[in-house]
Amino acid sequence: MAEALQSLWTELAADFHTCFIEKNRWKYLTSGLGNTLLITFFALLMGVVIGVVIAIVRSTYAKNYKEMKPGFGKKCLAVANWFGGVYLTVIRGTPVVVQLMIIYYCIFVSSNNGVLIGAVSFGINSGAYVAEIFRSGIMSIDNGQFEAGRSLGFNYVQTLRYIVLPQAFKNVLPSLANEFIVLLKETSVAGYVAVRDLTKGGDIIRGATYQTFMPLLAVAAIYLAMVMFFTHLVNILERRLRAGER
Amino acid sequence: MNDKILIHVEGLQKEFAGGEVKALQNIDADIHSGEVVVVIGPSGSGKSTFLRCLNLLEVPTAGSIYFNHVDITDKSVDINLHRRKMGMVFQHFNLFPHMTILGNMTLAPMKLLGKSKEEAEKKAMELLTRVGLADRAGAYPSQLSGGQKQRIAIVRALCMEPEVMLFDEPTSALDPEMVGEVLEVMKELAHEGMTMVVVTHEMGFAREVGDRVIFMADGMIVEEGTPEEIFSAPKQPRTKEFLAKVL
Repeated sequence: MAEALQSLWTELAADFHTCFIEKNRWKYLTSGLGNTLLITFFALLMGVVIGVVIAIVRSTYAKNYKEMKPGFGKKCLAVANWFGGVYLTVIRGTPVVVQLMIIYYCIFVSSNNGVLIGAVSFGINSGAYVAEIFRSGIMSIDNGQFEAGRSLGFNYVQTLRYIVLPQAFKNVLPSLANEFIVLLKETSVAGYVAVRDLTKGGDIIRGATYQTFMPLLAVAAIYLAMVMFFTHLVNILERRLRAGER
Repeated sequence: MNDKILIHVEGLQKEFAGGEVKALQNIDADIHSGEVVVVIGPSGSGKSTFLRCLNLLEVPTAGSIYFNHVDITDKSVDINLHRRKMGMVFQHFNLFPHMTILGNMTLAPMKLLGKSKEEAEKKAMELLTRVGLADRAGAYPSQLSGGQKQRIAIVRALCMEPEVMLFDEPTSALDPEMVGEVLEVMKELAHEGMTMVVVTHEMGFAREVGDRVIFMADGMIVEEGTPEEIFSAPKQPRTKEFLAKVL
């Protein structure tokens, strides 16, 4: 019995050595993790920018379009709202891998910067989901808040900026954190277009060593650790934002 | 009260649901500088809609509203500039829950009037002291009682140094024991000469503080006059009927 355990242990240690130590293969994982985080970070940034803009357009249209005075502004809003609707339908209606490949093979044909293309692709994809999250956040704010802001003399945009969006942001923070975690894991398909992210790094080790268990388990463990870490950070942030309000 | 007309309303009409609901029909009214006008009437009479039209929270279907002799219903007029001089107090307070009391009161003066933080806070603290809430400056709205919230809402509007204050049923959402403290602040404000338009169900307040009472029903002004004229000797049957129910 002891001998069997001993030999299992030796075997595992040898596998570990082959997978990560030999030829410095652990570097596939660390550089891959770096790329995964880079893609996720910039995709999130882009997604939030796109999402907030589209959410403002769509909620403004839903709340105010009927009562707006006819004119240039009203036409612009209608057009912007239409584009926003098309964007949401197309992005949410097609798989992210297909979007990634279209952007890599059809649009950024001359670029080899996989991380950049990944960030742009996932950013555009995430923007659609973030837009819906923020839209529901804005719509959930009581109309009295808009009226109070307007009655003090703030224009519509100022009212959004100082009064509505800070409250909406607080309300949607849990959903936004969830979207971030989904995004972090979703970037694992970046390997489709030859981006060396964390998942691809594990896969390269698998191919080189013919070991399946060890590299893939390591990849899974790293994702899990990151998700737990970020969830913890978001919980702290949420508590801070809520402080005093109760 | 002097004779300067601060707000002049002419042929004001408001329709909802594409003309199916006629909330206001041909309203003419003048609000003089320094005057306290109390608007009373049954629910659905259009009195809140009338008040909300005065600062264009509701956009009139037809008619004109002159504020300081400027037609604010004119499309080329920047309504935001005029709203700064028209304070408004809502039934449901509408304080900003994500800001402290002081934050609520200094936001607009700082962002819109370009006041420094110190200036804005000094003014806010003066007003808070006057309504007896200086010790709550750092609290959040959710930590206050309804009466306190409404008193804050009043002084938040006063921070912009408005020329007129519009009150939209300011005590209707309050527990009965908190109505008094809010009316007290409004009374003081009236005595200081603030121009006020008050939509309310508080007949005692209308009688005691109002310079003029407007009775509305079915989207029209049925009768107006001094509190004595309206409450002691109403002429219209509609007014009599309403007063018989509420007094």
